[in-house]
Amino acid sequence: MSPRDAIMTNIRGALAAGGSDEARRKAVEARLSRPPKGVIPARGQLDDEARVELFCEMARRVTASVVRVRSHDRVPKAVSEYLRAKNLPSSIRIGDDRRLKSMPWDKFGSLEVRRGPSDGFDETGVSHALAGIAETGTVALASGKDNPTTINFLPEHHIVVVDAKDISGDLESVMGRVRKKFGKGEMPRTLNLITGPSRSGDIEQKIILGAHGPRAVHVIVVG
Amino acid sequence: MQITSPAFKQNARHALDDAQLQKALGNVRGGFIDKRQKAVDALPEFDALRDSARDIKNHTLENLDLYLEAYEKQVTAAGGHVHWAETAADARRIVLDICRMTNARTVTKGKSMITEEIELNDFLEAAGIQPIETDLGEYIIQLRGEHPSHIIAPAVHVNKEQVEADFRRVHNHLAPDRDLTEPETLLDEARRILRAKYFEADVGITGANFLVAETGSSIIVTNEGNGDLTQLLPRVHVVLASIEKIVPTLNDASQILRVLARSATGQDMSVYTTLSTGPKRNGDPDGPEQYHVILLDNGRSSMLGTEFQEMLRCIRCGACMNHCPVYHAIGGHAYGWVYPGPMGAVLTPALIGIDKGGHLPNASTFCGRCEAVCPMKIPLPKMMRHWREKEFERGLNPATQRYGLGIWAWFARRPWAYNLATSLGIPVLGMLGGRNRRFSWLPLAGGWTRHRDLPAPDSRTFRQQWRERDAIKQGALS
Ligand code: SF4
Repeated sequence: MSPRDAIMTNIRGALAAGGSDEARRKAVEARLSRPPKGVIPARGQLDDEARVELFCEMARRVTASVVRVRSHDRVPKAVSEYLRAKNLPSSIRIGDDRRLKSMPWDKFGSLEVRRGPSDGFDETGVSHALAGIAETGTVALASGKDNPTTINFLPEHHIVVVDAKDISGDLESVMGRVRKKFGKGEMPRTLNLITGPSRSGDIEQKIILGAHGPRAVHVIVVG
Repeated sequence: MQITSPAFKQNARHALDDAQLQKALGNVRGGFIDKRQKAVDALPEFDALRDSARDIKNHTLENLDLYLEAYEKQVTAAGGHVHWAETAADARRIVLDICRMTNARTVTKGKSMITEEIELNDFLEAAGIQPIETDLGEYIIQLRGEHPSHIIAPAVHVNKEQVEADFRRVHNHLAPDRDLTEPETLLDEARRILRAKYFEADVGITGANFLVAETGSSIIVTNEGNGDLTQLLPRVHVVLASIEKIVPTLNDASQILRVLARSATGQDMSVYTTLSTGPKRNGDPDGPEQYHVILLDNGRSSMLGTEFQEMLRCIRCGACMNHCPVYHAIGGHAYGWVYPGPMGAVLTPALIGIDKGGHLPNASTFCGRCEAVCPMKIPLPKMMRHWREKEFERGLNPATQRYGLGIWAWFARRPWAYNLATSLGIPVLGMLGGRNRRFSWLPLAGGWTRHRDLPAPDSRTFRQQWRERDAIKQGALS
């Protein structure tokens, strides 16, 4: 018997008393095809403006910094202001994201824009999020050439652009968006849900920012 | 790791005498409890979510075979490989085969209790492959040649001076006069050293907090980001997870995530919740070329259908040990195997046998805090009692204990004899207690009086007092 069969036989033997196989199969298929929503915290169930404000507030609570800008073409200015305020080199790493690419970066003549995945030598990376989650101040990023995952983890500073219209109240709604965008049961290779900058409490339970990922996360909300 | 659970009593005594450990354990008592409480208080739906989380896992366990099948299908469809391992040895062999296939010389590791359970590091080293722990706490204890003493804070027993000494010993290529007095500088040094390792490694091994049947995704939940670099930069990503990590859908995972981070560290959400599905896609500029999942049973399927099935709901949040007075007193190592605290007291006998793990379910005051805080509402004290019964049935407890229980049972079944004995004995004990009304020594009670005094009883028995209380109540009513 293969190890798979042995484990399955053991499981089925133990479950034998628990209802007919047919009924179980139906229940499982139903859940997989129509995932129930469960208990959704009231915290994020707000109108558009209040939801975006909650998102900003929750992101700040987990020590991300947040600014709001009116439109995509204002993002480069917000980025260069951040770099200046933090005394960072005037250079960023971005992927192929259409929205990021079409921004007027050249207005800030001295800003170097490097493209493609991070090689570990970037001080600052910029990504465009797929969505935001208001209840926790979380951004959701999908892997791929548009926003390579290395940009989320290797630079010291991670700037995340998120559109206000993509901010949902709760995690389940973002999972719903992912299903819609990639197809039922399909996923990007990686979906990163990021809530603030990297941290560790492993030495005497003292929380320190900047463990293995970015030391700082800066969120730019558009709209 | 060598199992020392049978020597639990000696382990506990050493732990109580270890001043450094006692100081470190203060961090558990101080930190975790308040943070969790704050996060719980801030979410009115917390209890409803616990019920939801419990129901999701119950449903999953009752249909575990079907969800495992669905999960396997989705992993394969995304270009990943699923391997099944009945035992720890099988899982180790599969990891080694994958490493050999890819000519791996070093592997980086995200934090994973399963790799502790199967003793992967020693095995890989013996096979000439260098495993590198990348979670800061795991890295520290790997340098020290130790094992985790807590399931989410592996180095909670170590203080910063010890970490400094370890870093100076191992990172001896760095300037000897560098400042390493603060946790910040220690973390910085570890960050720099490990950064290089992620790029060098051929294989990255992580655990999984959840496996999602709907999509074939594995989910890791971390704060440092080491797990992400571990699975992102090497050519091969191996996920080692036990079969009960399955949840049906992305929504189900979301429900449980809400109670996980709050119960573990008091965060609303951990910094990184990462869903990984298969290897790098066409056109992806980064990510591993191969994605393997090893599904480990190692005794879990045998818990299904027994009084210990509910333990398989455990999401390894650590809240039960953070709130356990026994864990607070002795720390994690005394439990003698991978899983400490109340969850370990239930799980360890199931996985290594009651003959070896039998002391652990006895290490409980039955205060019930573990069950009260468990996000999955696992009845831990009840299951510890089941183990005690089994231990008794199999005659594993010492003769004196069995003899004593026999005498007790004889009296308990004969109320007249019990009454007589207590109404004679209690006043005598009360008198012998003297002015302090305490005993520092009593025949047959050495196990108790060695560590603490026994208060002398009141001069009347409980049953006498109860009758008087009833009589007073009756009088008041009439
Ligand atoms: S038994 Fe409950 S409290 Fe303990 S680790 Fe498991 S889920 Fe957390």
